Amino acid sequence: MLELIVISTLNGVLFGMLLFLMASGLTVIFSMLGVLNFAHASFYMLGAFFGFQISRWFGFWPALLIAPLLAGAIGAGVERFGLRRVHRNGHVAELLFTFGLAFVIEEIVQIIWGKSPVDFRIPPVLDFSAFTIFSTNYPAYKMFMLLVSIAIFAALLIVLKKTRIGLIVQAALTHPHMVGHLGHNVGRIFMLVFGVGTALAAVAGVIAGPALVTQANMAGLLGPILFVVVVVGGLGSLPGAFVASLLIGLVQTFAVSMNGSLSGAFGPLSPDYASTWLADIWSVTIAQIAPIMPYVLLVLILIFRPMGLLGTRET
Amino acid sequence: MRKLMMAAAIALPMFGGAAIAQETVKIGYIDPLSGGGASIGEVGLKTFQFIADELNAKGGIQGKKVEIVPLDNKTNPQESLIQAQKAIDAGVRYLTQGNGSSVAGALSDFVTKYNERNPGKEVLYFNYAAVDPVLTNAKCSFWHFRWDANSDIKMEALTNYMKTVPAVKNVYLINQDYSFGESVRSQAKAMLAAKRPDIKIVGDELHPLLKITDFAPYVAKIKASGADTVVTGNWGQDFSLLLKAAADAGLKVNWYTYYAGGTGGPTAIKQANLNHQVFAIGEGFPNLGNPSADAFERALRAKYDFSLFYPRAVNEMRMFAAAADKAKSIEPVKVAAALEGMEFDVYDGGKGTMRKDDHQFFQPMYIASFGERTDKEPFDEEKTGWGWKTAAKIEVDQTMLPTTCKMERPN
Repeated sequence: MLELIVISTLNGVLFGMLLFLMASGLTVIFSMLGVLNFAHASFYMLGAFFGFQISRWFGFWPALLIAPLLAGAIGAGVERFGLRRVHRNGHVAELLFTFGLAFVIEEIVQIIWGKSPVDFRIPPVLDFSAFTIFSTNYPAYKMFMLLVSIAIFAALLIVLKKTRIGLIVQAALTHPHMVGHLGHNVGRIFMLVFGVGTALAAVAGVIAGPALVTQANMAGLLGPILFVVVVVGGLGSLPGAFVASLLIGLVQTFAVSMNGSLSGAFGPLSPDYASTWLADIWSVTIAQIAPIMPYVLLVLILIFRPMGLLGTRET
Repeated sequence: MRKLMMAAAIALPMFGGAAIAQETVKIGYIDPLSGGGASIGEVGLKTFQFIADELNAKGGIQGKKVEIVPLDNKTNPQESLIQAQKAIDAGVRYLTQGNGSSVAGALSDFVTKYNERNPGKEVLYFNYAAVDPVLTNAKCSFWHFRWDANSDIKMEALTNYMKTVPAVKNVYLINQDYSFGESVRSQAKAMLAAKRPDIKIVGDELHPLLKITDFAPYVAKIKASGADTVVTGNWGQDFSLLLKAAADAGLKVNWYTYYAGGTGGPTAIKQANLNHQVFAIGEGFPNLGNPSADAFERALRAKYDFSLFYPRAVNEMRMFAAAADKAKSIEPVKVAAALEGMEFDVYDGGKGTMRKDDHQFFQPMYIASFGERTDKEPFDEEKTGWGWKTAAKIEVDQTMLPTTCKMERPN
């Protein structure tokens, strides 16, 4: 039992940190442009595929640097030449634009790399088990993922809270017009933030690609849950996104490890109901509904605390 | 682009077909060629085209050229019916499909109704991979023929092998949460309990279909359960990701699977370094040593970068040709009558029978493990260097299961 708790905690924290890497960019973009970037997870996928291709040519470490830069540049380009034009037509147009962009990126990736998973491997330097806990190996690569995520969280927090750039970005979040009147190029700030946000998603892609699977539908698998993180954490709140990511990672992991069901708690249902829908609900285990737990959380948060856990503004 | 290609895919055979209508046997291949299932659908299409080429080189079916008409159904039952209607309008009398029992059920219903309303223009449906037992039991149809062993037959064969392995003591079941996963899980429980009452089921998991990115929590649970054997019907990424997570956590168990040989499966097993610890059940594998199968495999690999995953498709097409010869006609009703109860030398050697009662094909089944090769295993998979090694052959009589089908035959 203790074994399961420890391992689940580790797994949950790891998954949570990966979510955070992606959600951090999304939440800042969300609060600045006021639009949900549906294509955000696509940049995560682009990061993974760029990482795969570059690691073929130059090795993993250059890939970890170049792939996010590339994806970030594409992200900045999308903001400068796409979103900014669409912005004039309002939020719905922006939403539809990013929605379409997600499909375009997926098609392009399919055309270039095909529809099957690519063979993106963990670099040999990190391919050993870091430690063994209760006879379960914990791979070094997962520790590496954890460290990268924590390092990026710390760096982001410092940049946003302690530097001049961070100050301007924060101001632009809440008072874009005032910042503009003070002589700052708000458009460029938006572009920069969009670029950095997508680059962060790409970092997540490069490090998650070898550990999970690198294929053309990977964006669709993680996309929806990102929005849960952003809303639960609170719009534009980096610490909020951090807490929400960890929370969702842990909730999901622990739910999987639980076998409890209503029939387990209250005994089997009377046979009269055996063939009705009630029997299905009665015998479904927590593990079975684990993947929808984050969405239950989303609904509860929207009802009881619409501004999110650490958010300050209601949207 | 996709629309254009689809239009071309449908229009081209139509133009071609009009000119030489009498000279071809057209087979409508209805499977995903776009969307999530596309990687599987494309391999299937190329396999069928390769088999058609083989038949054409030998003079086709009843002297007529075989032509595969690709139709994209996006793994969607409704889309499949539209495509089936289009194919029929273009003169197709034979349909084949394999991916997804939901699609298969819809197609079987559609073909049955169509044939009732259009006597004299009947259409046959050849199912090469949809394994829901219901298609040859409660919902069987005279117009549906299945060459793949259904999931109950596979479990029957798999458990007949497992009961002879003393190391199997604690079994964990993990399956996808839909009709197929549900049937794997319930059959595994029932059959293991009957054949080896000493085996304990230490876990029974259903997870969402194709939605999990990280199986680490599930693997932690398997580990905590103390299982020595895992039985899974998982396919596609649900299989490869599960194995990847197992390898990361250092889970050392034996795996009994349905679809370890699918695209991406062998790569995942090699990455997980599970040398001969993953077993799969099927009607054939490379390395079984049958000379004609080896020659076929070599020719296929010389042309494409994949190996034969569907020996059943070869059986289907070759048997179709044999049935047409027997009936001396390519008229679907006559071919169907010829197929009923027909015996056939299958791709990997041995005899198979198309059972008259339910149109389910019975054939020798094999259990193979994936790992390092010796001189006896010339073929590897997905450039991993590893290949399939036969662990057991399950004879036809060991795979026979009763059917509840009450076949309604046309008058």
